[in-house]
Amino acid sequence: MNEQYKSTIEERAPVIEPGHTFGTVTEKISAIVLTRPASNGWFAGFGIAFLLTMMMLYAIGYLFLKGIGIWGSTIPIGWGFAIVNFVWWIGIGHAGTLISAILLLLRQSWRNSINRFAEAMTLFAVACAGIYPAIHVGRPWLAYWLFPYPNTMRVWPQFRSPLMWDVFAVSTYATTSALFWFIGLIPDLGTLRDRATHPAARLIYGALAMGWRGSARHWARYETAYLLLAGLATPLVLSVHTVVSFDFAIGIVPGWHTTIFPPYFVAGAIYSGFAMVLMLAIPIRKIYGLEDFITERHLQNSAKVMLATGLIVAYGYGIEAFMGWYSGDRYDAFTIWNRLHGPYAVAYYCLLACNIFVPQVLWIRKLRTSPVALFCISFVVLVGMWLERFIIVVVSLSRDFLTSSWGMYYPTRWDWMTYIGTIGMFLALMFLFLRLLPSISIFEMRTLLPEAEVKE
Amino acid sequence: MAGPRRSREFSRGLRQRRENALQRPAPLRGLQGSFDCARLRFANSRSAQDDNLFECDLEPMKMEEQDDRARREEVCPSKRGKPDLDSVRAQIEAVADQKAGPEYWRSLEELAGSEDFQEALHREFPKGASEWVDSVSRRGFMKVMGASMALAGMTGCVKLPKEEIVPYVRQPEEVIPGRPMFYATAMTLGGYASPLLVESHLGRPTKVEGNEQHPASLGGTDIFAQASILGMYDPDRSQSVVSMGDQRSWQAFVDAIRGPLSAQKALQGAGIRILTPTISSPTLADQLRNFLKVYPQAKWHVYEPVNRDNVLEGAKLAFGQPVETRYDFEKADVIVSLDADFLYAGFPGNVRYIRDFAKRRNPDGNMNRLYAIESTPTTTGAKADHRLSWKSSDLEWFTRNLASELGVDVGWTGERHNLLVAAAQDLRSRVGSSLVVVGDHQRPAVHALAHSINEKLGNVGKTVFYSDPIDANPINQGESVKDLVADIGAGKVDLLVILGGNPVYDAPADLDFANALKSNKAPLRVHLGLYQDETAELCQWHINQAHELETWGDARAYDGTVSIIQPLIAPLYNGKSALEFIALLSGQSDATSYDLVRSYWQKQHAGPDFEAFWRKSLHDGWIEGTAYAPKTVAVGPVKFRELSVPYDPNAVELNIRRDPSIYDRQFANNGWLQELPKPMTKLTWDNAVLIGPKMAERLQVKTLDLVELDLNGKKVTGPVWVQVGHPDNSVTVFLGYGRKRAGRVGTAQGFDAYPLRTSAAPWFATGLQIRKTGEKYVLASTQGYQWMDTPDGDHRPLVREGALEEYRKDPNFAQEEDEQPAPGLTLYKPYPYNEEAYAWGMAIDLNSCVGCNNCMIACQAENNIAVVGKEQCTIGRHMHWIRIDTYYQYPDQEARDRDNPKAFFQPVPCQQCENAPCEVVCPVGATNHSSEGLNDMVYNRCVGTRYCSNNCPYKVRRFNFFLFQDWETPQYKLMRNPDVSVRSRGVMEKCTYCVQRINEHKIDAETASVREGKEIKIKDGELQTACQQSCPAGAIIFGNINDPNSRVSKLKAQSRNYSLLGELNTRPRTTYLAEVGNPNPELKS
Repeated sequence: MNEQYKSTIEERAPVIEPGHTFGTVTEKISAIVLTRPASNGWFAGFGIAFLLTMMMLYAIGYLFLKGIGIWGSTIPIGWGFAIVNFVWWIGIGHAGTLISAILLLLRQSWRNSINRFAEAMTLFAVACAGIYPAIHVGRPWLAYWLFPYPNTMRVWPQFRSPLMWDVFAVSTYATTSALFWFIGLIPDLGTLRDRATHPAARLIYGALAMGWRGSARHWARYETAYLLLAGLATPLVLSVHTVVSFDFAIGIVPGWHTTIFPPYFVAGAIYSGFAMVLMLAIPIRKIYGLEDFITERHLQNSAKVMLATGLIVAYGYGIEAFMGWYSGDRYDAFTIWNRLHGPYAVAYYCLLACNIFVPQVLWIRKLRTSPVALFCISFVVLVGMWLERFIIVVVSLSRDFLTSSWGMYYPTRWDWMTYIGTIGMFLALMFLFLRLLPSISIFEMRTLLPEAEVKE
Repeated sequence: MAGPRRSREFSRGLRQRRENALQRPAPLRGLQGSFDCARLRFANSRSAQDDNLFECDLEPMKMEEQDDRARREEVCPSKRGKPDLDSVRAQIEAVADQKAGPEYWRSLEELAGSEDFQEALHREFPKGASEWVDSVSRRGFMKVMGASMALAGMTGCVKLPKEEIVPYVRQPEEVIPGRPMFYATAMTLGGYASPLLVESHLGRPTKVEGNEQHPASLGGTDIFAQASILGMYDPDRSQSVVSMGDQRSWQAFVDAIRGPLSAQKALQGAGIRILTPTISSPTLADQLRNFLKVYPQAKWHVYEPVNRDNVLEGAKLAFGQPVETRYDFEKADVIVSLDADFLYAGFPGNVRYIRDFAKRRNPDGNMNRLYAIESTPTTTGAKADHRLSWKSSDLEWFTRNLASELGVDVGWTGERHNLLVAAAQDLRSRVGSSLVVVGDHQRPAVHALAHSINEKLGNVGKTVFYSDPIDANPINQGESVKDLVADIGAGKVDLLVILGGNPVYDAPADLDFANALKSNKAPLRVHLGLYQDETAELCQWHINQAHELETWGDARAYDGTVSIIQPLIAPLYNGKSALEFIALLSGQSDATSYDLVRSYWQKQHAGPDFEAFWRKSLHDGWIEGTAYAPKTVAVGPVKFRELSVPYDPNAVELNIRRDPSIYDRQFANNGWLQELPKPMTKLTWDNAVLIGPKMAERLQVKTLDLVELDLNGKKVTGPVWVQVGHPDNSVTVFLGYGRKRAGRVGTAQGFDAYPLRTSAAPWFATGLQIRKTGEKYVLASTQGYQWMDTPDGDHRPLVREGALEEYRKDPNFAQEEDEQPAPGLTLYKPYPYNEEAYAWGMAIDLNSCVGCNNCMIACQAENNIAVVGKEQCTIGRHMHWIRIDTYYQYPDQEARDRDNPKAFFQPVPCQQCENAPCEVVCPVGATNHSSEGLNDMVYNRCVGTRYCSNNCPYKVRRFNFFLFQDWETPQYKLMRNPDVSVRSRGVMEKCTYCVQRINEHKIDAETASVREGKEIKIKDGELQTACQQSCPAGAIIFGNINDPNSRVSKLKAQSRNYSLLGELNTRPRTTYLAEVGNPNPELKS
């Protein structure tokens, strides 16, 4: 590490506030799980989220009873909220693995304080996303036919279909993310086991720690395994949303059929993922007093990632519009015209505002470091990214080739209940995670301390 | 002549087979046999030779019936209190156990059909089970109905007609379960018969086709005939005799009517009034005349809301006698339609006219030219080369000008429209091969003027023919019903018999028919009807009528040809036909329709062998030599000078029209027709107030606004539909909606326009006031207005069209509108279809298509397509596998005259793309390509991702968002085509090119190959899809494109052939032949 580089690092805001020792770090993080009593606020928050989850289950139950018709989807708009939300959640689920894996490989040590809950968030977001493809099919009890399971009829899925690829991409991503997250948790589970006083807690954490003793051999193997998994997870970050974008890009619907989709979807996913990380990190650090660990530097870095990916997304919009004109294809040209002037034009203008114009304020350092401003901007970005998926899915389908078959899409209350319900489920899982597992990686935080530097 | 009639085998020696059958003697059969429905069918159908045998068998059965009845008295003492259903059920089982053989079925039927049992059922179930409660959802109600019907023993088998149906009897060895039989019959609309062939699966009629040998059909049908199957199985039809709200038996009615009739006998029937709809049945007319001989003072009134009073009055004005006018469109080079919608169902003879008209729309042949001057936009106007939107009330003015231009002395000329001058010149240049046709609702004077013009142009005997009226009692129906109401008011009527029809709902509003009945001045009122409708409610007795597919009868087609109506099934609900009903009044309470029809024709038949004549007539579907010969009449001295000529372009006019889908109201409870998008508006489930765009702008009303129409104090509220092409200062409403007692489907749909209809002005009136109510109403339109011009200023060449001159100069104009991708431009290896025996393809000639919607209903019937209801239609979930896209276009892009755009029709079934976008995206492989090029749908494999529909550029796939199919109502189970899967919830469906028909013919061809020892292929034309078979215009051609000599290959080779969205490289197997109009070169635009 040369001198110049070292000095720039020192000039930056620290990733951990000074004054901490191994002991204080461990104490502070594990206390949230082990000793701090759950506040009324936690109960209130969890209660609301839980009720929303129940609402979602009710909506899904009714859906199974009656059929897809309770939703607003119709012909020509065969996909509505279900696929919009699926893509939105999958996108959000990208930040976790990106932070954990890619930043790990790039040795961005600032990630250590946010990777744990970002990964948890990824898992929960993927869980929310995973609900939709399963329930959105007409006969959900047969949704397992999408999997290549061995059956007596020797019927296989149709491998040319992007939905098929989706099944592989999303399930692989979910499995790898879960494994990666769990392996990263093992040393901390050992810590919890050792510090827990309640016998049940000791037992459960003990079982989950899988015999972790912290020996040098354990550490060596852990490091190797974690690195390997990071290597595995890294391409997935890029592949999952690429494959999800194929759902559209492979189709011939104007507004879908475009080669810009894979990179632009990945960028959009990271964009919304970081927005969600910020929306979660800002209140958590405030409530649990973790400003020492999730510092201004983290907020700034996340904001910068958002700014960068936001610009890529803006480029994507630009290219779409340009190609609409440049290709000379009447259907593509009309798609762009329709976004600007059609019945859903308001949504498109909101999208431009949310995803392109508002985030430009992140160029201002002051706003980049203000938690309140970042929280608001992140919210705007999440709304914008949802609108983006809405426009791609719904607006494209509503005006395709034959003018006689144009239609409109109106979500029903069941669409909204399911969507809000998944947000509830996501939050409920986050609440549980905060109380049951260390939301910041204890041992990785300790490596950031000056004590951890091995003197030669 | 007898022999099984399978219309799908026309070209395969049908004629020869029929002749063979004629020579074979009829085998004798007894009643012994199995329970099998098919066998029972043989037993119940008997030939003349069987009569004795049959009767012998019948005797013991009757005794057993008596036993049954005695036993039933014990368990079902309905007169003594509440019956115990369990014991009834036990009784049925006991009956079943005791008896073996066919008697079992008969007993059960008798038991179920007996009045005691029916009454027991009625009492046991809550009121809703036998009467209609409108608030109950259609589906929920059908479940209740299902339960009661199941108890009545209807689920397992079919009730069969007792009398002979010819072809079936002769060759039972040909009856293969699973193979349909076809019978010739007919159904009537406004008295006019549509000749039909009805497909029957083991005694269940499932599909209606046109009788291709009958001159009035030539294989085509109209929507009403197609949908009649659903009407017959309608579970809402009246199922019993009802008196004062209670279910009674037929016998109870027979007893009850005896007294009043004998009382009238003394008065020579002075208090009897019979009100019938238009009747063309020779037997029924004969019966009624005989009745009037017995009761000379009785009166026969005729009223039907959609009547031809104006036509008859017009004929009287011109010729001094009522005559029927018949046209030959095939010979007409120039046609001027004066508000005549002759290309849509409901116009007498329309099926034949469409065929003749379409034949002359071939741009490579001698093309005709159609001028349409019309008020309400119709499909006829859309097909016209020149269309002028013109108010109905001013049409006489226009006609008078036209007549004067052509040299008819009307003593007066007005301002001459340039279209009029051109049309007149065109007409003059085609003496003897031109035609002026007038709509039924136009004033008599317009008809008389048209007669004069046609005579002047020398068209009579060439394109126009006159004959005796089809109507057996051609009186002025408006006057007739008026007299009746006056008689009731004067207390002259003691016994009012309403024979079908629903005058309480549809009689002119000024007569207040309902009040006349309510006043009780006609003390005994009897109603025979298919439904317990508004009229039934106000009559002491309601007799449930048998549907035309359930009973014998006869009727005349538009040319006078008589068709014998054969029943395809015994009356489902024990209904009585009008023939049986009049027979009862005449004292023959036991006469069956069969005997009545047969004996009437026996009397008419002069030749020696009546049996052969009868068989041939039944088999062919019509009686030879019954067509009316053309009559020579001459236009007398019409005092056109003295007739009034109203012309006031500023007066606001109200047009009242029969509904395109549900006619006058008759089909209000028919879900297929209710959900059929009406041509031009594409509205389903509702009527609306049609207003032209200019007028709407002036009144500041928009589509869906509720407005109040006020015509001389009579008020009606309805939703607005702004319709391009509608004339200014004119408003159109459709009849038939706003029913109070139509059934679950039809009740309370839309608004009732009849209150605006008076006997003085049945079709149009001026002085209308329109007021906005400020409220909104939801209308379910499947498309709305489509322009091929997108709002960004681009034009999509979806329907390609050009003028004849342009086509002659550049025959390839249709193919030049886009770039066709090079073949083989796909990721996947193309399949070598040309190596297969068959490659199925379809060509749709847009020039022939007249947008009559017939293919849609034919497809619905053939493929068991569900009805989804208004709510689902509103959000776009209708299920039609084939639809008629309607596009509008400004004839003059500069002027952009919304009052008169051009309209085009494009039927869109699945295009069966060779590079099908739907197939690659299905994750479970539920939609695959067959080696013959069909895009197959595997319903069982479909999980319902709907990706295929999203990726289908033609949007022809339909999804079962809910359980749209009715899986419970037993009647519908009988109705469905057994060769087509009934789809369940969550499954995608779409047009299959009628794959069940393809396979049936392939199997036949393979069997024949094995039998003959050489390869036999399906012959061209032998295999028809349902849409193709029913198309009266012959616009849809299906066949093997691997055979260069097939009709479809030849059509596809034409220069007009183009692929819809071909630039997407989908390589559709369905292609279109571009539309070529024949505008008058002297008229620009």
